[in-house]
Amino acid sequence: MLKHRIIPCVLLKNWQLVKSIQFTSYRTIGHPISTVRIYNSRNVDELIVLDIDASLNNEPLNVELISDMAQECFMPLTIGGGINSIEDVYTVLNAGADKVSINSQAIENPSFIHEIATIFGSQCVVCSIDVKKVAGEYKVFNKKKGLLEINPLLLAKEYEKQGAGEILLTSIDHEGTTLGYDIELLEMFTKALTIPIIINGGMGNLEHGIDAIRHGADALGAAYIFHFTQYTPKMIKQSLASVNIPVRMEQ
Amino acid sequence: MFHTIAIVDYGMGNLRSVQKAFEKIGIDCIITNNHDVIKNALKIVLPGVGAFKDAMNNLAELGLIDLLNQEVLVKKKHFLGICLGMQLIAQKSYEFGETTGLGWIDAEVVKFPQTNLKVPHVGWNNVHFISQSKLFTNIPEDTDFYFVHSYYFQSQENVTTAHCEYGIDFSCAIQKENIFAVQFHPEKSQTYGLKLLKNFANL
Repeated sequence: MLKHRIIPCVLLKNWQLVKSIQFTSYRTIGHPISTVRIYNSRNVDELIVLDIDASLNNEPLNVELISDMAQECFMPLTIGGGINSIEDVYTVLNAGADKVSINSQAIENPSFIHEIATIFGSQCVVCSIDVKKVAGEYKVFNKKKGLLEINPLLLAKEYEKQGAGEILLTSIDHEGTTLGYDIELLEMFTKALTIPIIINGGMGNLEHGIDAIRHGADALGAAYIFHFTQYTPKMIKQSLASVNIPVRMEQ
Repeated sequence: MFHTIAIVDYGMGNLRSVQKAFEKIGIDCIITNNHDVIKNALKIVLPGVGAFKDAMNNLAELGLIDLLNQEVLVKKKHFLGICLGMQLIAQKSYEFGETTGLGWIDAEVVKFPQTNLKVPHVGWNNVHFISQSKLFTNIPEDTDFYFVHSYYFQSQENVTTAHCEYGIDFSCAIQKENIFAVQFHPEKSQTYGLKLLKNFANL
């Protein structure tokens, strides 16, 4: 039976710290690599690493870092942030990532998704949509351009049509609150789409995970809960398993 | 140069992750489409993600079809097909029309039937062993492996060594003499995936 996945989302800012040797050979120092190593040793199902400011600042892709992270990662690795061209997708996949997460570039140009899917296959395209609720209405939010007059579900349907493999759906209102996922938003998406949905933003306890899966989530994305609470991916899985939701337990 | 394993580079998908998985378990391997390097390697791995037709075209353009036939069918080198690499050894695939495969096994590659299940089949799914295979040495029954595919391998020959269930039971691992293949991605399946690659390297 296919298992529901628990996916830690690792957020970076400007691909974090680098140091150079004679101004040429850039090496990564600090946390991203050790974080990936820890998640790998904890046998997590999958990992998403997003550079949250890459598009905002037109940061170039940090190929060294992506490749160093992939080196530590024997589960599927998704990389996102600042991927703007087919060439960027080549670069990221060749560095060892399995999937790319596309956000800003696809809002402006949904056919970018079709291009990627045609060349590399749908399985490697995760479309990331950030959503904010304003006056009772869900809208797409973009770091560069702010709140957009775009209906997130219509955008997701367009992505699905263009060949997206999965949707990473993040509620900005719930993100970091530990108050639980936005179930209303989730249901809206799972009822209307046929591709897998990774719900993200808000998991603060074990009940939240169960709640989201029961409302149709295929996978649970989470960041805060792993950094600032006692819960581990394994504990979340144990709690899902205890109510007969299929998960992959460590063997 | 002699290498234990040649990972065949035919322009399809993420070969680097297969290489680093072998490196992690200390197995010498090279990504190559050089005929002499493949001839000199002890074993051959054919990974791949993408469309069947493009894959066969690429293999043909690189002159690899005859070479693989020679190395695997005549010289009987150990061969491991992964994901698309498993599908390519079938006689034909129905992905985007009908395409002839390498034809090493009397099998067809067909799409998952329309059900309420999502296609592609993406994620971790457990594998039932149905016959002994050295590939599964020290791997427990019902271990989860990572899958990503929309088509599956339907064999007329009795070569299936493991099944997986996704709406239907399908063949996710096969063995015929020196030919091994798996539909899932051992290089992305954590500890037991690496174990399986090690078992192949130790054959």
